[in-house]
Amino acid sequence: MELFRIKNDIPFMSYGRITTAISLVTFILAVFFLATKGLNYGVDFTGGTVMEVHYPQAANIDGIRKAIDSIGLKDATVQNFGTSSDVLIRLPLKKDMSIAQLSETVGNALKTADANVEVRRVESVGSQVGDELYSNGGLALLLVCAGIMIYLAIRFEWRFAVAAIIANMHDVVIILGFFAFFQWEFNLTVLAAILAVLGYSVNESVVVFDRVRENFRKMRKASVVQVIDNAITRTMSRTIITHAMTQTMVGSMLLFGGEVLHNFALALTIGILFGIYSSVLVACPIAMWLGVSRANLIGDVEKKSTDQEAVEATP
Amino acid sequence: MNRYPSWKYILVAFVILIGLLFTVPNFYGESPAVQISATKATVKADAELLKKVETTLQLADIKFNGLFLDANGVKVRFENTDDQLKAKDKLIANLGKDYSVALNLLSQTPNWLLAIGAKPMYLGLDLRGGVHFLLQVDMKAALDKAAESNVGDFRTSLRREKVNYFGISRNNQAVEVKFESVGELEKAQKVLSKDYPDLTYTNSTSGKEQLLTASIGEQTKKKIQDFALKQNLQTLHNRINELGVAEPIVQQQGFDRIVVQLPGVQDTARAKELLGRTATLEIRMVDEDKKDFATLDAAEKGKAPFGDELYKNRDGQPILVKKSVVLTGDRITDAGPGVDQRSGRSVVNVTLDGRGAGIFKSVTRDNVGKRMAILLIEKGSTEVITAPVINEEIGGGHVQISGMNNAQEATDISLLLRAGALAAPMEIIEERTVGPSMGADNIKRGVHSTLWGFATIAVMMVIYYMVFGGVSVLALGVNLLLLVALLSMLQATLTLPGLAAIALALGMAIDANVLINERIREELRNGNTPQASINQGYQNAWHTIVDSNVTTLIAGMALFMFGTGPIKGFAVVHVLGILTSMFSAVLVSRAIVNIIYGYRRKVTKLSIGQIYKA
Repeated sequence: MELFRIKNDIPFMSYGRITTAISLVTFILAVFFLATKGLNYGVDFTGGTVMEVHYPQAANIDGIRKAIDSIGLKDATVQNFGTSSDVLIRLPLKKDMSIAQLSETVGNALKTADANVEVRRVESVGSQVGDELYSNGGLALLLVCAGIMIYLAIRFEWRFAVAAIIANMHDVVIILGFFAFFQWEFNLTVLAAILAVLGYSVNESVVVFDRVRENFRKMRKASVVQVIDNAITRTMSRTIITHAMTQTMVGSMLLFGGEVLHNFALALTIGILFGIYSSVLVACPIAMWLGVSRANLIGDVEKKSTDQEAVEATP
Repeated sequence: MNRYPSWKYILVAFVILIGLLFTVPNFYGESPAVQISATKATVKADAELLKKVETTLQLADIKFNGLFLDANGVKVRFENTDDQLKAKDKLIANLGKDYSVALNLLSQTPNWLLAIGAKPMYLGLDLRGGVHFLLQVDMKAALDKAAESNVGDFRTSLRREKVNYFGISRNNQAVEVKFESVGELEKAQKVLSKDYPDLTYTNSTSGKEQLLTASIGEQTKKKIQDFALKQNLQTLHNRINELGVAEPIVQQQGFDRIVVQLPGVQDTARAKELLGRTATLEIRMVDEDKKDFATLDAAEKGKAPFGDELYKNRDGQPILVKKSVVLTGDRITDAGPGVDQRSGRSVVNVTLDGRGAGIFKSVTRDNVGKRMAILLIEKGSTEVITAPVINEEIGGGHVQISGMNNAQEATDISLLLRAGALAAPMEIIEERTVGPSMGADNIKRGVHSTLWGFATIAVMMVIYYMVFGGVSVLALGVNLLLLVALLSMLQATLTLPGLAAIALALGMAIDANVLINERIREELRNGNTPQASINQGYQNAWHTIVDSNVTTLIAGMALFMFGTGPIKGFAVVHVLGILTSMFSAVLVSRAIVNIIYGYRRKVTKLSIGQIYKA
């Protein structure tokens, strides 16, 4: 079976304006939603308590709400998730009560209301921890960007490094935009997913850039645009197949992973979909506009490698 | 062209074999067990204990499958949880309070595998159930306390050397001593800097007063904070021992935090109470000169006399207690509940260490007829438990504390005192509890995600790339094997995000094989011979694979460095997964391809799916 039978190179670069415009619009939309709606931070970041409780029968949500109201915790949200017998309770931080006391008090109140309750998971985070996570998350993001840029600058060229990072940040912002728009909970595992996407999506750009460099050696008479178009067309099959495989795995997580992995898999899904698009249709035009050329990519190496490569040069 | 030298095949086979050996223990399952360990440094878990445990179980007619001694103590394995629970009760009754008996699960890995160090993966709390706490040590309180004890020490030194001063007090973390003349100040400075060389001394004049300020230097500050943390770690260890938890983790995190993980603990309330309780005991003198009604009344309005503090006793009566501390709970070596012979009320019997006994003796000798207050400080509130009159000098270091409300309180307070005091109060700033059924569910979720994803990828790869797809799947299988083996070998903590990382690693590792297969197809399309195409395909793909994996690795490393908790668990597996995938996708898959095609005399066609030629 072969899905991609492409005779001539697809002129991706001539669509550059359109694709970049599309990116720009999605990007601006994402920023807009981030600015207006903001992220729905989980307890990892805001501090507070999440309790997952399970009943042998269908849970009585109103009863639970009343039980929690009765101990003076009016700000709690109570909702079903998964099945009707599983309930998720979220409690914000309370000034006059330590987080240890809070979960204890709620647990006791639930037990008085219905002795059959089983507390399956409690996550309580104090405000001190959340602030640190912000700064650590930001630092991690910066470090990843810097590390990748330095590596790409050494291995390829600074124009590629800049193009790849812009494409990737574009992905990250769009994932965040989705989370803001749908108000999905943004927690630590989602942050992990985003950083993983960053590495994964750069991966994508690297494969294309690798081809571009190779083409500069082989296609000696072709223009820069032709070289890039050819590189994208030739790697397209691999791009689609690989992402389909990765997405299969992530889809399996979405299906079987349960509550904890759900948003993680969701972030990865968006990251993978936009990763394909941005690494090809954002990174390449940017690299082109930054002025990537045969000379600045191959330089002195060209002379050495021509003899050997010329034999195989059959684009 | 497509033949490996034999050492490469041997290497691949060897690595796979090792991978198998270290993966196998994960499939043996666990059996219920009981773990007995010593709670005191003076008692040891040794062969003698082993014998005692054995006879106890035999006498009670409880069947067990295995009994052995290791670094953590004596462990006994049982057929079922009924026997386990019965054995626990019997052992607790027979062994007494010197040993803690905890329920545990032991892997059923056979001994020959354990002997080569093959163990199942170390599961995190979200997979096995248990409680995780992050505690923050209040360092300011530790420094305040150090300064407070300096106040007392200064007084003693100055009195001994007969230096005249007219005031001594703590101002934040500095101690201020007031003098009437510069001469006295200089004399004092000489004495103090000899006795307490760690402090920094400055003098100043305000009006007629000469002021000597002793502050804690940066280095000493660090020392005090270090000590406070170490002391709290030790205390937590002791308290957890009293709880009877198998394989607890008590670790420092950063400079002022402590992580406590208690696998398998269900009763979080009790754990929390024991950990969170910052009860410390202080013995101070009651200010007998200031017990008149007017002074007490003024003190209640916030004007406590200089050098005194106002507290309430158990009956709610105000009482003025001197600020300087005679003794703290640090000096207690043992404490136990008891009943007073005469009154019949609950008491706590306390034994002091040598230095504590010495101080106690001299203080009681010097203060016969005066009252001594015993203060319990908990969560920033201080209560005078009892303030008995000293009738005579008390030597020998045995002290009885009366004033307990009931026997339960006497038991709780003695446990806290016995387990040691915290050098500084702590607050729980993060709590994660996972019930045991939830843990099992999480494992199921992670494993299902991985297996179903893997199966679907396998089918898709074989359909699309035929034999080469099959080879890729085999390589991916080896990748999974090696990853699990590596995690078992390193005993890195596997969490649910870690399981997700395994799945993701597989989903991403397939990229290398897709790259290779596509390259081979391309070479074939260009009209190369099958053998040359294989060779060229692998060669061309290699550089791309390295480049793309390095960038992923950079992201993984950053996650590891800055991540905490779930992120770190994810990062470890992510990074390891990238490393194993480089090996399996390139070396292993090439070895298989070589075996399939490299030794045929004539290959006319590769089974890599249909190739469209222009």
